[in-house]
Amino acid sequence: MQFRATIISNQEVSPGYFRMRITAPPELAGAQPGQFVMVRVRDAIDPLLRRPFGIFDVGTVLSEYPGCSSATYLELLYKVVGKGTEALSTYHHGDHVDIIAPLGTGFDLGAPEEEKILVGGGIGIAPLYYLAKSLVERSRVRFFLGGRTRDDILCVTEFERLGVETYVATDDGTLGDRGLVTEVMERHIREDGRKKTIYACGPMPMLKAVAEIARQTGTHCQVSLEAYMACGMGACLGCVVKGKDHADETPDYRCVCKDGPVFAFDQLMWV
Amino acid sequence: MNRPDLSVEIAGIKLRNPVMTASGTFGYGEEFAEYVDLEQIGAIITKGLSLKPKAGNPTPRIQETTGGMLNAIGLQNVGIDAFLEKKVPFLRTVSTPAIVNFFGNTVEEYAELAERLDKIPEVAGMEINISCPNVKHGGIVFGTEPKAAYSVVKAVREATIKPVIVKLSPNVTDIVEMAWACADAEADALSLINTLTGMAIDLKTRRPILANVTGGLSGPAVKPVALRMVWQVAKAVKIPVIGIGGIMTGTDALEFMLAGATAVQVGTANFLDPAASERIAREMEQYLVESGISDVKELIGALQV
Ligand SMILES: Cc1cc2nc3c(=O)[nH]c(=O)nc-3n(C[C@H](O)[C@H](O)[C@H](O)COP(=O)(O)OP(=O)(O)OC[C@H]3O[C@@H](n4cnc5c(N)ncnc54)[C@H](O)[C@@H]3O)c2cc1C
Ligand SMILES: Cc1cc2nc3c(=O)[nH]c(=O)nc-3n(C[C@H](O)[C@H](O)[C@H](O)COP(=O)(O)O)c2cc1C
Ligand code: FES
Repeated sequence: MQFRATIISNQEVSPGYFRMRITAPPELAGAQPGQFVMVRVRDAIDPLLRRPFGIFDVGTVLSEYPGCSSATYLELLYKVVGKGTEALSTYHHGDHVDIIAPLGTGFDLGAPEEEKILVGGGIGIAPLYYLAKSLVERSRVRFFLGGRTRDDILCVTEFERLGVETYVATDDGTLGDRGLVTEVMERHIREDGRKKTIYACGPMPMLKAVAEIARQTGTHCQVSLEAYMACGMGACLGCVVKGKDHADETPDYRCVCKDGPVFAFDQLMWV
Repeated sequence: MNRPDLSVEIAGIKLRNPVMTASGTFGYGEEFAEYVDLEQIGAIITKGLSLKPKAGNPTPRIQETTGGMLNAIGLQNVGIDAFLEKKVPFLRTVSTPAIVNFFGNTVEEYAELAERLDKIPEVAGMEINISCPNVKHGGIVFGTEPKAAYSVVKAVREATIKPVIVKLSPNVTDIVEMAWACADAEADALSLINTLTGMAIDLKTRRPILANVTGGLSGPAVKPVALRMVWQVAKAVKIPVIGIGGIMTGTDALEFMLAGATAVQVGTANFLDPAASERIAREMEQYLVESGISDVKELIGALQV
């Protein structure tokens, strides 16, 4: 659906990272974890295209006053990287943005008895919070969070408050273990032979490492991808990635915006 | 005042208003059905179709630029068999005419596509994209060589009795010469412009941003070029012209009509505002009401130079 949202709050949670809460229609509370939104940053032609963001959280606050309706909110977590996100970061309570949501195919929550391993790199944690919230009532959830330095590690307390066991690694060791988050995760995956599902979102090198671990250990794994998008609804074919059966004569391109952004790792071509 | 008349006719295709959706920016209509009332627009033009499914180019395929965007999708599409089986059933459910855009690698492929589409009742007309290389003749783009354009259009003309619209490439020295070639080959209408070839460079990596190196520019940035070409072509030919390029508002669309366009297509605008085509038609109507004009056709070519 398409709607005009009012900004409730927009706070810098770490240098260069913002968390924005906006109003949303009640139907959005049914969004699947891993789905995304397209934001028209300004009602102008610059920036021209909408910008895609994961759903960090969505929920409904019950009104404190009897007879008053409850209010649905949507939260985004974003990193300022260019003119669109820069413009977003200047917005205040009461400003408006135009949103199309929910879009794409989200995470498959899988069997409750399986342990869930969430892996996020930097801003890649954005779609994992709403996922964790949906999983934690049914399954054991462990969350592995990596970043370059401590400023890139976001929202740890939020995850812990959900009751998720959280592990942190930074490249420079300023927070948590020093090293790659995928190495920390791999140790935990291999420590027992129980069935698990991995959910990962982050930079491509991290996703490749996760997919390789999943392959070696025979673990189910879903990854959430990013791609440059124009339409977000499967029309422009700008956002494609190669599917597992791709060959020049028999193309197997998948739209990140429609078939994804979440894919089972074994559905993609990783080379 | 009564509601103004927005209807126009292109080669026998009756449009309730002059706003169509441009090929490649609106999928097969279905993708946008949730966001726009398809019964409120003039026509739907579907994604460029070929005989066989086409893989398209490597990624990155798109890049925003100042006031526009570059794309090098590489004409990825499902091919005519899948189109007929999976996409046509939806088009049957809307009363708005569907015009099928297609392309080939050889004159024979264009003719074969036209022949097959000729038999499909849901296809109101065809738009042929001649901005493609002719593989049999050293890859020279059909749409940049009047003789090649003539032969393609002629072959399509002979393969179908449905309306044939030829979509012109702006990447030529003399657009009027191309328009004449297509009109001589008995095209029913011309649409212009397709995208302008451009490129974007990343200073940090010292590489082109698009994997294909170059791409087609569209969006508001191309509008002045498109207006100029529509004006030149509309003066030179007797068949109707469809204006395309950077149309974002009703005002933009009406400017194209003044320049001589009988109808318009909306492309890139669909990406930022999926209901753009419906909104633009509404804005045109509003202008007519406010200006006391009873029929949009009065504006076609009404430019005073
Ligand atoms: C499905 C999906 C979900 C996303 N979720 C989030 C999220 O929750 N939080 C968040 O901060 N970011 C997210 N992104 C990335 C976000 O869309 C881009 O960072 C944003 O579009 C950049 O806009 P800009 O105008 O600020 O940057 P631009 O000025 O457009 O570009 C600045 C830099 O960012 C890169 N970039 C631009 N667009 C994208 C893109 N779509 N994907 C990756 N890199 C891009 C460019 O190559 C360039 O290097 C997501 C992307 C996708 C596809
Ligand atoms: C992503 C994208 C894909 C396109 N694909 C096609 C196509 O398949 N066939 C075609 O004739 N034109 C195609 N075009 C060109 C448009 O139909 C239109 O001519 C052009 O974008 C200019 O109009 P605009 O400025 O309103 O977008 C494409 C344009 C874009 C942006
Ligand atoms: S962004 Fe247009 S098809 Fe995916």
